[in-house]
Amino acid sequence: MDVSQLLFGVIVSTVLLISSLIIAAFAVLWLSGTGYLGVKVLAAAVLGVLIFSGVNAFLVKSWTWWKESKIRPLPDKKLFSFVAILYVVTVIFALWYAFAIVLNKNWAYDKATRGGYELSFSELVADTWSQKKPRLPTPDQVAGEIWKSTGTAAAKKWERTEGDPFLERISEVLGDKRNLIRHAWLTLSATMLGFVFGTGLGILLAVGIVHNRAMDNSVMPWVITSQTIPILALAPMIIVVLNAVGLSGLIPKAVISAYLSFFPVVVGMVKGLRSPDSMQLDQMRTWFASKAQIFWKLRLPASVPYLFTSLKIGVAASLVGAIVGELTISQDGGLGARMLQGNYYGATLIIWAALIVAAALAAVLVSSVGLAERVTKKRMGFVQ
Amino acid sequence: MTLILAALVVWAIGWGLNIWISHQKPGRWQSIVSAIIFGITLVIMWELIVRGSGISPVILPPPSMIINAFATSTDILAADFIQTFMKGVLTGYAMGCAAAFLTALAIDRSDFLKRGLLPIGNFVAALPIIGMAPILVMWFGFDWHSKAAVVVIMIFFPILINTVQGLDAADKMQKDLMRTYAASYWQSLFKLRLPAAAPFIFNGLKIASTLALIGAIVAEFFGSPIVGMGFRISTGAGRLELDLVWAEIVVAAVAGSAFYGIVALIERKATFWHPSQRK
Amino acid sequence: MDDIVIKAENLCLTFETNDGPVHALKDVDLTIDKGEFVSFIGPSGCGKTTFLRVLADLETPTGGTVCVNGMTPREARRKRAYGFVFQAAGLYPWRTISGNIKLPLEIMGIPRAEQKQLVEEVLDLVHLSGFENKFPWQLSGGMQQRASIARALAFHADILLMDEPFGALDEIVRDHLNEQLLELWAKTNKTIGFVTHSIPEAVYLSTKIVVMSPRPGRVTEVIESTLPKERPLDIRESPEFLDLAHRVREGLRAGHEDDA
Repeated sequence: MDVSQLLFGVIVSTVLLISSLIIAAFAVLWLSGTGYLGVKVLAAAVLGVLIFSGVNAFLVKSWTWWKESKIRPLPDKKLFSFVAILYVVTVIFALWYAFAIVLNKNWAYDKATRGGYELSFSELVADTWSQKKPRLPTPDQVAGEIWKSTGTAAAKKWERTEGDPFLERISEVLGDKRNLIRHAWLTLSATMLGFVFGTGLGILLAVGIVHNRAMDNSVMPWVITSQTIPILALAPMIIVVLNAVGLSGLIPKAVISAYLSFFPVVVGMVKGLRSPDSMQLDQMRTWFASKAQIFWKLRLPASVPYLFTSLKIGVAASLVGAIVGELTISQDGGLGARMLQGNYYGATLIIWAALIVAAALAAVLVSSVGLAERVTKKRMGFVQ
Repeated sequence: MTLILAALVVWAIGWGLNIWISHQKPGRWQSIVSAIIFGITLVIMWELIVRGSGISPVILPPPSMIINAFATSTDILAADFIQTFMKGVLTGYAMGCAAAFLTALAIDRSDFLKRGLLPIGNFVAALPIIGMAPILVMWFGFDWHSKAAVVVIMIFFPILINTVQGLDAADKMQKDLMRTYAASYWQSLFKLRLPAAAPFIFNGLKIASTLALIGAIVAEFFGSPIVGMGFRISTGAGRLELDLVWAEIVVAAVAGSAFYGIVALIERKATFWHPSQRK
Repeated sequence: MDDIVIKAENLCLTFETNDGPVHALKDVDLTIDKGEFVSFIGPSGCGKTTFLRVLADLETPTGGTVCVNGMTPREARRKRAYGFVFQAAGLYPWRTISGNIKLPLEIMGIPRAEQKQLVEEVLDLVHLSGFENKFPWQLSGGMQQRASIARALAFHADILLMDEPFGALDEIVRDHLNEQLLELWAKTNKTIGFVTHSIPEAVYLSTKIVVMSPRPGRVTEVIESTLPKERPLDIRESPEFLDLAHRVREGLRAGHEDDA
C-alpha cells in the first residue's frame, strides 16, 4: 500500500460522493415541485449518501472479487478498510438523520395539532430537522451550534468591544463566558495539569513498587483494587472539600484528573518495569551491573511500550475526570458545566455541542499520545 | 499533638511489620496480609490525625464517624444500592452485553463491516461517552431506565471490540482442521471460535463491569429521583454530609469489586484451560 | 598445572521444592585448563546448565568449592572474568547492534573512545562489520546470536561461557556458526565452556567433553578429544570423529542405565 493508492481511493470516493449528491439533488427537485428549500437540500444529502454507500458497497464487492479472481499479490487491505470505514460513517450519519425524524416527530405533530394544520411528510421532515429544542438534533444543527458558540460568538464579542485597546479586545474575546472555546480551554487545562501530575506520581510509585518488596506487597493490591471500583464517585466530594479549604477553580478539577490517570499509569509501569525476563536480568548480573544501571539501561527502556499504553488510557480518564469535576462546580465553566447548563434549560443543542467538542478533545489528546508513541518507538527501534 | 505522634508510631509499626513480612519466605498470603496491614495502618492514622490536628470532621470525617453513618443510615444505603446497582447497573449490563455480543456475531460474518466498525469502535471507546448521560436522562426520564441506558452505551463498544477480536482468535491451523471436517459455520462457531473467544469476551465483560457502575453513578449526577448512590454522593457533598458520602463510596467500592470479582470468578471457571488462568 | 582456570571440588547444589529436595548437582569434580574448549553434554535435568550458572555466580552452590581464575565465582563476576552467552540472543530491540555490544562496556565504565574501538574489533571477529547501525530485528537469527557472542567477547574476558547458544537455530546455520566459533577460539585463545545436547556439535568443537547424567546431576565421564586443533567441517566423516561420538553416546547411555 503506498500513498498514491490511498490518494486514488480518496479521489474515487470523493468523486463518487459528489456525483451521488448531484444525482440525488436532481432527483429530489424533480420529485417535489414545490416546498421548503432546506428540506430539499437535506433530503438530497441523505439520498446522495445512500446512493453513495450503495454504489460504494457494490464497487468494493466487485473490486474484491476482481482481485481474488486473478492470482495477485495480497488484496489492498488499507484501501478496503478505508472504504469500509467511510461506509460505516455514512450509514451512521444516515441513521442519525432518520432517528432525528423518529424522535422529534411527536413535538412536530403537537405543534401541528395546536396550530390546526396538517403536516405532509416533507414538512414533517423539515420540522424535525430544524427544531429549536429537539430531542435529537441533526449533525448539521450541532455543527451550526458549535460554530455559533465559537466563531460567531467571538465575532460578536469583537464587535461589541469596538473602541477598546487591541490586546484588551483579544483577551475579552478569549475570556468570553459564552464562548465554547473558553470552556474547552478550561477543561483542557485542568486535564493536562492533572494528567502530568498523575502520570509523574504514578511513575514514581511504580519505580518504588518494583524496587521495594514491602511496598509491592502492601500497596500493589490496593492499586489493583482501585481499578475495579468507581473512584470517579469521589469527584463531587473532592471538589467540595477542596473548596472548603479555599481551593477552587483549576486545582480541584486537576486533582480529580490526576488521581484518575494515576492508577492506570502505576499498573502499566509496574508491568513494564517488570517486563525484562530472567535471562536479561541474569545477563546484567554477569556484567556485575548495579541496580541503577539495570534500571536505566534495561527496565526503563523496556517499559516504554507499556507506559504509552497506559498514558492513552490515562489521558482519556483525565478528561472524563475534569468533565465530571465541572459538573459539581459549574460556576467556573468548562465543558461539563455547559452540559449541566444545557441539562437545566433543556437546551439539547448546547449539550450536544459540548459533547462533540469534548469528544474532539479526547480524540486529539489520545491521538497526540499515539503520535508521541509512534515517534518514540520508531526512534528507539521498537518498530520499523 | 500526642495523637499525631501516635499516628506516626502506628505508621512506623505498620511499615516495620510489612518490611519484616517482606523478608519472610514468599508465600501465598504474604501480599494479602501485607496489604491488609497497610490498609489498617492508613485507617488508624486517618482517625488519629483528624482527631489530633483539628481538621474539621465536616471536611474530613474520621473513619469512626463513617462507620457510625453506615450504621445509622443502613436503610438509606440499601435503598440507594437497590436503585442504582440492582436496577440501573444490572439491567443495563445485561442489555448492553447482549446487544454488543449479538452485534459482534452479526458483523463477524462480514470482513467489510468488521473493517469499518472496529476502528470506529476503538475510537469511540476512547471518547468521554459519559457525557451522553444528560441526553439519555432527557430521553428516558429521571428513574433508573436512563441509568441503564447510560450503562448500555458505555459498555457496548468495549464488549463489541473484544468479542470481534476474540472471534478471530482461534488459530489458523484449528480453523483449517474444522474445514477438513466440513464443519458448518455454526458448528465451527460453537465448537471452536466461541470457546477460543471466551478469554477476550471475559476481558470485555470485566472492563464493562467497572464502567457500568461508573456510568450509573455519574448519570445520577445529572438528574435522578431522590434515591440512588450518585444522587446521595452529589447532594451529600453539597450539604456537607460527608460521613454519609464516604459510607456511600464504601458501598460503591465494595459493590464494584464484588461485581468485578464475580465476573472474574465465572471467567476462572469457564476458561480454566487458558494459560492466564492456569496455576 | 599452574594454568588451571576452573576448578570444582565436591560441588553440590540442592534446590528445595514442595516435592522435596532436588539434587541439581552432586559431587561434581572438574578442572578446566587455560585455552580448553569444554563441552557439557547430557539429557535435560542433568545439571549442565546449572553448573555453568554456578561458575557465573548466577546460582550459589550448597556444598563443595569452585574456583574461577583462582577466585570465588562472585569475585570473578565482579572482575568481569567471563562473558556469558545465553540460549536466546537477548539483544535489546531498542539498541542497534553496536549499541548492544557497547552495553556491557557502558556498565563497566569503559571510556567512549575505547568502546568504539572494542566494538569494531569484536564485530570484525564475528564477521558482522557493516551491521553496526542495524537493529537486532533486522538481522537473521544466526546473525543475532553472533552479535550476542560479540557482546560477550567485547570486554576481553578470557573465559567464555555458552549455554546452548545455537539450540534455537537450524542445522545449516548451526554448522556455519560452529565453524566460525572454532575459528574465533583459535584466534583469541579463550577458555570456553559450552553446554549442548547435540553429540556431533560437542565432538566437533571440544577438546574435552564432559558427559553428565540426571537425578542427581553428576559427571559420569570426561572424554579428552583426540582430534587435531585444525578441524574442517568434513572431519565429521572421519573414523576418529565417529569413534569419539560413539564413546559419548555410550557414556550417555551408561549414565541413563545408572539412573534406571
